[in-house]
Amino acid sequence: MALSKDEVLAGLAELVNEETGLAADAVQLDKSFSEDLDIDSISMMTIVVNAEDKFGVKIPDEEVKNLITVADAVNYIADNQ
Amino acid sequence: MTATLNQYEAVKFSRIYSLGAARGDLVVTNDDVAGPIDSSDEWIRQRTGIVTRRRASKDRSLMDMAVEASNEAIKNAGIDPQEIGAVIFSTITHPFQTPSAATLLADKIGANPAPAYDVSAACAGYCYGIAQADALVRSGMAKYVLVVGGEKLSDFIDPTDRSISFLLGDGAGAAIVGPSEIPGISPSVWGSDGSKWEAVSMTSSLLDFRDGSASWPTLHQEGQTVFRWAVWEMAKVAKQALEVAGVKAEDLSALVTHQANIRIIDELAKQLDLPESVVVAKDIINTGNTSAASIPLAMHDLLTSGAVKSGGLALEIGFGAGLAFGAQVVVLP
Repeated sequence: MALSKDEVLAGLAELVNEETGLAADAVQLDKSFSEDLDIDSISMMTIVVNAEDKFGVKIPDEEVKNLITVADAVNYIADNQ
Repeated sequence: MTATLNQYEAVKFSRIYSLGAARGDLVVTNDDVAGPIDSSDEWIRQRTGIVTRRRASKDRSLMDMAVEASNEAIKNAGIDPQEIGAVIFSTITHPFQTPSAATLLADKIGANPAPAYDVSAACAGYCYGIAQADALVRSGMAKYVLVVGGEKLSDFIDPTDRSISFLLGDGAGAAIVGPSEIPGISPSVWGSDGSKWEAVSMTSSLLDFRDGSASWPTLHQEGQTVFRWAVWEMAKVAKQALEVAGVKAEDLSALVTHQANIRIIDELAKQLDLPESVVVAKDIINTGNTSAASIPLAMHDLLTSGAVKSGGLALEIGFGAGLAFGAQVVVLP
């Protein structure tokens, strides 16, 4: 069964926490991965690959650069489950 | 009546006899390269693990480093260079389309008239060379093979490029491969993925440069694409290499990956779930990324520093532009 966007956000926040140590509640929809959360391109790719495993989605390389904010990622994952 | 042909008589096993290493003569710090990319020592250390990279001055050529590394390997193997049956030079920075770097190297080290050729497989070049040397020796086609991975990457960098240039260093590593009583080089897992041809490449072709439509070609990469491929795809290749070698991760003394970036090395090691007893080579910290030279330089460093002992097993895996990859398990010389 497809996860809700809230469930995807919670799961994504766990992945961000595992990779960066950032508190899960800091991962909010309006935050930018690079500007607000200070996640660099390599950490971003690690989160993307782990998200693919966790949510069973494919996130191609060319799509990753469109994932600017947490909402971008949550929407992409929710829409492609 | 049909005459019967002679064919090569195969020998059963091969191994690496010895290594040689030569690095650039200049120690280039992060502060030295940070300015043109608007960066800092701290930023570069955090994102790449590099503290210094070794680069060669104008007077120290790719050939100089290759000769130095080769002579050390020949000496340590205790062989006569005239016994070398093939010279394989893996490089992407030999500045002549032709003749090859390998023929000149063969002549300079006293191996003339050995067959000699270059391999263009970038950061996978050394593992490609070892794979071929293993086959040449075991087939009986050559008694000893000299494999060199060497680069003077500093001739092909753009100081303002933030994708790869600041990682790169210069050096050469050499290995002598020869016949063995026991298995010393596992089957190789090697291949390519040309669908990602542009992921690590040059900014333009030499023809564009000649025609004035582009500046001097330099290296660049699509970092995220390369990172994903280098960690998760190469983890599969590394596991496959262990499987075809018939060994397990806990049998290894060392993991010697291409020294691309400390975060690739760390993440790849994590994916392989290595026990703590396996030493992970991190020569990148002081040498930088030297493409085809990085694996033999890193292995040489582990042996000379005493971090690993001769006779142990090392998984070596190279990956880079092409995209191309190669891996095998070897007995440390």
